[in-house]
Amino acid sequence: MSQGAVAAPPKKRTPIESGVPDPKQFMHPVMVKNYGQWAYHERPRPGVLRHVAKSGDEIYTVRAGTQRQMDVYTIRTLCDIADTHGDGHVRFTTRSNIEFLTSSFEKVPALIKALNEKGFPVGGTGNSISMISHTQGWLHCDIPGTDASGVVKSLMDILHKEFVTEDMPNRVRITTSCCQINCGGQGDIAINVQYTKPPKINHDIVANVCERPAVVARCPVAAIRPAMVNGKPSLEVDEKKCVCCGACYPPCPPMQINGADSTKIAIWVGGKHSNARSRPTFHKLAVANLPNNPPRWPEVEDVVRKILSAYKAGAKDWERLGEWIERIGWPRFFEETGLAFTKHHLDTWTGARHTMNMSAHVRF
Amino acid sequence: MADEAKFAGVGKVGAQFTNRNTPKLDELESGPWPSFVTGLKRLRDSKDKPYAEYMNDLLGQLEHSYTERLGFWKGGTVSVFGYGGGIIPRFSEVGSKFPASKEFHTLRVMPPAGYHYTTDILRKMCDIWERNGSGLIAFHGQSGDIMFQGTTTEGCQAAFDELNELGFDLGGAGPALRTSMSCVGHARCEMSMYDEPRAHREILNENVSEIHRPALPYKFKFKFSGCANDCVNAIHRADFAVIGTWRDDIKIDQDEVKAYVEKQGRKYTIDHVVAMCPTRAVSLNDDNTLEIDNKSCVRCMHCINVMHKALAPGDDRGISILIGGKRALKIGDLMGTMVIPFMKLDTDEDFDKLREFAASMIEFFAENALEHERVGETIDRIGLPAFLSAMGIEPDPNMVKHPRTSCYVRTDDFTEEAEKYFARKGLNKDGSARDAAE
Repeated sequence: MSQGAVAAPPKKRTPIESGVPDPKQFMHPVMVKNYGQWAYHERPRPGVLRHVAKSGDEIYTVRAGTQRQMDVYTIRTLCDIADTHGDGHVRFTTRSNIEFLTSSFEKVPALIKALNEKGFPVGGTGNSISMISHTQGWLHCDIPGTDASGVVKSLMDILHKEFVTEDMPNRVRITTSCCQINCGGQGDIAINVQYTKPPKINHDIVANVCERPAVVARCPVAAIRPAMVNGKPSLEVDEKKCVCCGACYPPCPPMQINGADSTKIAIWVGGKHSNARSRPTFHKLAVANLPNNPPRWPEVEDVVRKILSAYKAGAKDWERLGEWIERIGWPRFFEETGLAFTKHHLDTWTGARHTMNMSAHVRF
Repeated sequence: MADEAKFAGVGKVGAQFTNRNTPKLDELESGPWPSFVTGLKRLRDSKDKPYAEYMNDLLGQLEHSYTERLGFWKGGTVSVFGYGGGIIPRFSEVGSKFPASKEFHTLRVMPPAGYHYTTDILRKMCDIWERNGSGLIAFHGQSGDIMFQGTTTEGCQAAFDELNELGFDLGGAGPALRTSMSCVGHARCEMSMYDEPRAHREILNENVSEIHRPALPYKFKFKFSGCANDCVNAIHRADFAVIGTWRDDIKIDQDEVKAYVEKQGRKYTIDHVVAMCPTRAVSLNDDNTLEIDNKSCVRCMHCINVMHKALAPGDDRGISILIGGKRALKIGDLMGTMVIPFMKLDTDEDFDKLREFAASMIEFFAENALEHERVGETIDRIGLPAFLSAMGIEPDPNMVKHPRTSCYVRTDDFTEEAEKYFARKGLNKDGSARDAAE
């Protein structure tokens, strides 16, 4: 081949390392003008906020629920609504609600009407149940035990009324996660995959796919050790020690932690991000071993409903779910929700003793 | 045309295919909440778009997951020219059954701080993603990124080039500095105690190379909340949480207090404001005015949240910094703990100081953490005193719930340490007040 036939490699584009964009270029002009100069806010109705600046300027926010994973048609529909009935400026909340900003109160009713007509619930403000923050699941994740999007759709269908009203004692933050890494985060109620069996190992490919010392180091209970299996270097798991957390699976996919029947769902309660009143808290186990039952996860729906109705009936205004339990006590929480208290509710991890009742305080 | 040349769609317009059966997913189309399945089908049914067949097979694989109750994606290595991270590669393990969508990579793209958009910019993003990807976008992922979900290896580069020209950049993935989040804050919230987007952008953009070229022991996350309500969940979820606070007194509008009590009643006010104060710092006077013991107040925000027209944070505002929050892996959940109880954040010099502290924090992490160890775990391993000494931070009683209860400690330099403490407080060696004449 002659030298002249070798094409020059295409010139590659060097990225512009611009980092985090400046939000002011997209921000509603009233927000830019009154940046850092807000006086107070009110909620004229569920799903609507009225913020008043020190200058006297006002901005109205209409908040609506979305499915988070949106097709371009849904996004353009939301843009059409913002252009026709709003001021062309929107933002998203950390829980994937979309907010339409307008400086004109007159536009609010038409915005709400247009959103409802297109199937977007208006709410998620004040003491409501907001959108469930969730993870990727079977649609995209490489280690998912379930499909958070499906769990969330199922739950938000039954919680729709609590999204569009503000009738809960305090805000309720629900999260779902497709594995024990818990990307969904802490929540008043957290619906998380809980594995129930040690990983099933494909010894034929471990040595080729996994960096074995790194996998050994990942295990929180030192249950994994290098081993020769069928004449091949592999890894083995001490199943008596294994806590079925799945930490070995991401660095070593041949250690399959998921199983159609062994991947279960656990529900946790009383996590809280805010520092209001009590310090932030982690969620605590309420129930485990619920079936991973697509497409509607009815057993999960049932437990969530029970917990929420007991909380709604029993909590004082401004008590978050965990604070309500703190007041009434765990014995009554299990009574009111009809859930079982088992040996698995007794913590066994580092610091477990600090979760025990080190007092003579008992409730009957 | 230049646009034509860049085109890297995930399939061909007008491809012939039969719709996959999706009986389980179909059940997620009913009910009042917006359905992501309906959205996926809309993309499949866009026969005039290159992604129709791609999304048909994607729906097929997702239905397969719903039937088998297992996931079928595996990772790999895909990046864009010049960067090492920011793309989440996904190759199908059942690609022979669903060939059109056998590559379904995601671009993590950093949103504007505070998640503000115009419809114009959203429409441009949609157009780019229709040309180069699946037409499916998540606002936003748990990482804080805009997730452009589903494209081929070539599509990643083409979509990134266009998004990058539009002013957007890739976020973090892997052992790197990760995309950050800040609350709505200064843009619309009266509780906002500092300029969150500025802090967010200054820290992240100064360290942008750490985002794009994963070289840290493990992930490192910053999150910025304007007050202790912590709307972006920083204390739980960030290695470095910046929380707005104030040092002076809560501002009280007694007329508004009276109006509140008038409306809600004394019992309600006592039960829900006074009695819920975590440090018993609030008291309702007989004349329906409010008294606050500001020395005991912990700036938790409860009374301000409930009586937000009557009460407001003070004027001497700044930030607290908590370090080390993370979820379970590996040693168990860790909450961020207080490391800097107060720092002003008004002037350019204040921001410089914050950026310097953030940079030294990343440097400490890079040099001292073990592989796959979050900084909270490093601190747990070496102890808070060693961490503070490495970072040049002096101990402060705001860092603890209470002093140690364990006697297993060597204290032969206790007296010198006490003298240093009194010196920092501007007192004599023995803790007595300095004579004004000295």
